[in-house]
Amino acid sequence: MIGDLLTGYGFWNPLVWIAVMVTGLLIAWLIWRCGESDYDKGTEQTKPYLSGNDEPEKGAVHIRGGNMYWGFTHALKGYYDKLIPLHSGVVNDYLAWFLIGVIVIFVVVIMV
Amino acid sequence: MNVLFDNLPALLIAVPLFCAFLLPIIGRFLPQIRDAWIICASFAASLIAVITAFTVYTKGTIVYAFGAAAGSPAAPIDSGGIPFRIIFTIDGFGAFMLLSAAIVSFAVVLYLVSSQKERSGKSEFYALYLLLTAGIFGMVSTGDMFNFFVFLEINSLAGAALVSYHRRGGIAAEGALKYLIVNTVGGLMVLFSIGLLYAQYNSLNMAVIASQMTLSTLNIIALVLFITALAMKAGSVPFHFATPDAYSVAPSGITAVMIVASQAGLYGLFRILFTLYGDTFNTVTLGWIIIVLGVLSMVIGVTMAIPQKDVKRLLAYHAVSQTGYMLLGVGVALAVLGDPVAMASYGQTAMEGGLFHIINHAMYKGLLFLAVGAVIYRTGVWSLNKMGGLGHNMKWTMIFFLIGALAIAGIPPFNGFASKLMIYESVFAFNPALSIIAMVVSILTLASFMKVFHSMFMGPQLPEYAEVKEVPKLMIAGMVILTIFVIGFGLFPDLVVNNLVAPAGDALINKGAYITAVLGGGL
Repeated sequence: MIGDLLTGYGFWNPLVWIAVMVTGLLIAWLIWRCGESDYDKGTEQTKPYLSGNDEPEKGAVHIRGGNMYWGFTHALKGYYDKLIPLHSGVVNDYLAWFLIGVIVIFVVVIMV
Repeated sequence: MNVLFDNLPALLIAVPLFCAFLLPIIGRFLPQIRDAWIICASFAASLIAVITAFTVYTKGTIVYAFGAAAGSPAAPIDSGGIPFRIIFTIDGFGAFMLLSAAIVSFAVVLYLVSSQKERSGKSEFYALYLLLTAGIFGMVSTGDMFNFFVFLEINSLAGAALVSYHRRGGIAAEGALKYLIVNTVGGLMVLFSIGLLYAQYNSLNMAVIASQMTLSTLNIIALVLFITALAMKAGSVPFHFATPDAYSVAPSGITAVMIVASQAGLYGLFRILFTLYGDTFNTVTLGWIIIVLGVLSMVIGVTMAIPQKDVKRLLAYHAVSQTGYMLLGVGVALAVLGDPVAMASYGQTAMEGGLFHIINHAMYKGLLFLAVGAVIYRTGVWSLNKMGGLGHNMKWTMIFFLIGALAIAGIPPFNGFASKLMIYESVFAFNPALSIIAMVVSILTLASFMKVFHSMFMGPQLPEYAEVKEVPKLMIAGMVILTIFVIGFGLFPDLVVNNLVAPAGDALINKGAYITAVLGGGL
């Protein structure tokens, strides 16, 4: 069949995947159409409800890149505390790592 | 017409070089046709590369001896069986890499012509670009070790010059200098290794060296230096440090083509490991070395990407991470090279997955760099902390970025999923833990790109970007070309793997075929 990619254990066919996804979306759309329409554009109901507080400035509500995944990096603080300083920006360090790599690989090739 | 087709490998290098050397003259006397010239030159070079690749795929390996009459053998009768001329040997793997480089380099030129419109020094800039293209084409085509070193140097020097072309207050020059120093040291190690081989075999021809390769101390030293130097060119951990420094400060179009330039280093690494050394050494050990480099690249690349605030630096670390997948897939194939049962069972799939990921990565990472470059082109901002809401004004760029992001994260039906699935399943059969690490890295990649996509394009329209508009049509055209391949390779992966990737994998695995193509049965 066109699109069948053998992957060792089985196969992958993106065309079948798309057909399944389209069918699923179609069913979801049909279910959605059966619902009752109660959305009135331009009325109070379309405004964000913030427990009675005024809506802040648009710029103030956008979550910036620096605010995301701080929990991830905080949880791995020990790892990052060691990893980030290795990327020192000093080219001497880069060449030192090259030298270390050469030695380690040479030892492995000789010993194993 | 036949003369042209008979000399395709020579034209592959001659056309970009000739056009590059003419560019400063055209820029001086006919600046109004400079843009048309660079587009035509890049199109011609890419077309020749595609025709060459097509010829290899349909007729077999091309062996082209420079300076020899058409039809004469690579090794002249009176040479003692040693081909002394410079020879281009383009087999399935070389053709595969040519295709990848041709597509990206032409797409990027369209983008650059528009994005560099207001910049000065364009003639020299495009001349360097064509030199870089010639360097990449040469590296993946040559069958001569010293010639490989020459093209490697052209690649590195042109790349470093292009990285520093727009100074950005000096940081571009600093990034380029680091890239240049590191790659020069790597290049010297390659040259030293070539010297070790030449001293033993009296030849620089890859097929001759491959046919006589033995397990000697000098060959081990040369091999270790080849691995480390070319892994550094490819941006593999722990030799990756200069990669983010250079990629993050280069013009965005240039960064896209630098991906292909680094993959030429990967080509050299795989060519030396499989064709030059092959089963002479303990391939299990060598395979595991490549696998470890791959795993380190995947994990450290993605974990370093997550906390980045500079969007281009973030993408650069993801480039390091994705290189890990290629090393992992091909490393597993190398580890089972001496085991025909394992090779047939999963090694071949691992190899094809790794190689398929090379071309996929060139397409989607190229697309991502172009899309991010489009945002920077309009906003002048690199920091994710300062971006937001750009999807309101740059809808096309947002769509292209989203497609690239889903592809790199391995979300179906885009191309990244197909190659990653091949890697996951085949590597699982070799060692389940490696496959699980690869999947976790993919999840982290998706998380990282969710952050980037949200930071750049989502949220309310910010007042400071109210006047931002979509990029010019030529920049869009460059992104469209790469998007077509990201989607096309994802929708029809079987056609790509069966017709383009499998011949490349076979060419690497079958060392004898390479030697026979050049020497006609050996010395």
